Amino acid sequence: MSEFEPKIVAFCCNFCAFAAADLAGAMRIQYPANVRIIRLPCTGKADALYLMKAFEDGADGVFVAGCMEGECHFLRGNLRAKKRVDYVKKLLREVGINPQRIEMFNLSSAMGGRFAEIVEEMTQRIKELGPVSNDGCKETLET
Amino acid sequence: MIVADRKPLDEILNSIKDCDRIMLAGCGGCVTICFSGGAKAVQLLASQIKIARKKQDRPIEIIEVTPERQCEYEFIDALAEDLKSVDAVLSIACGVGVQAMTERHPDTVTLPGLNTKFMGYPVEHALWDERCAGCGDCVLEWTGGICPIARCAKKLLNGPCGGSADGVCEVDKELPCAWQLIYDRLKKIGKLDNLKKIREPKDWRTSTNAGQRKIKFEEAML
Repeated sequence: MSEFEPKIVAFCCNFCAFAAADLAGAMRIQYPANVRIIRLPCTGKADALYLMKAFEDGADGVFVAGCMEGECHFLRGNLRAKKRVDYVKKLLREVGINPQRIEMFNLSSAMGGRFAEIVEEMTQRIKELGPVSNDGCKETLET
Repeated sequence: MIVADRKPLDEILNSIKDCDRIMLAGCGGCVTICFSGGAKAVQLLASQIKIARKKQDRPIEIIEVTPERQCEYEFIDALAEDLKSVDAVLSIACGVGVQAMTERHPDTVTLPGLNTKFMGYPVEHALWDERCAGCGDCVLEWTGGICPIARCAKKLLNGPCGGSADGVCEVDKELPCAWQLIYDRLKKIGKLDNLKKIREPKDWRTSTNAGQRKIKFEEAML
């Protein structure tokens, strides 16, 4: 049987993570092709509903990547996103999905290498967790 | 405004376990403001329910609606057509909304998705404190605008009790003693004399203790 290839959706801020992904490409850094990037004007636009819809439509993992804390182009967008990711972790736990399937990362536009690392890290994590349909009853979930 | 809190998801899922198609009805009034039952809450809860049901191999269809106010028949009568195709309505309005839906659409079962808590005031963004218990006989005039019925754990009229220490209630260290607040306020406005009068036991018939209450405004009736 072929190895499980997870579907991961990345919500990336236009000013940092998206530019970092672009830089990773320009630097010819290889990273897993499991990630679909969605560009946002700021991670402050990462509505809890977007994150839930990704899972509803079959994503095995989701991450939100915004600017370094204190460096948000819109001052507090990345801090709001961090809170929403925590909120969605709670919603996922309620429906029996492992909250480790969603994570928030912070990086700058100069961190092409770091972006590739994040993709590696998330892909590895989700591969270990397996398909989202594997997640069992909530009693077994880590908090 | 009325403040409500969402029921645990398990309880909600259990209440709709026999349904294959439901209407998830929010409300554009109080529960939108307290984030528990507005259009956004409807979308998020619908998403959670769909994911949970998909995991149980029993997908569910959900019609998402958020009438302006679920507690007024003008706004919910328009839902009649859509209701013909659903097994139940899951309402995330306050208890008034749930009962309005039941009364206006008696052929459909309406289930509650929220626990309606109290009439509250937003002390800061997304944090509400209980302020009014709807006792039906307001005492705020002589208590300096601070309600001992809603805010004192014992609903004392001649407080404080012995459990008040350093301005904090013995019930919860986070809870200020309502009677300390009343004393401080009356002192500030020079009305401490209000406390010299012993208050008679309250007549609770104006509250919920004498059956359902009604209010009629004769002049406005059609």
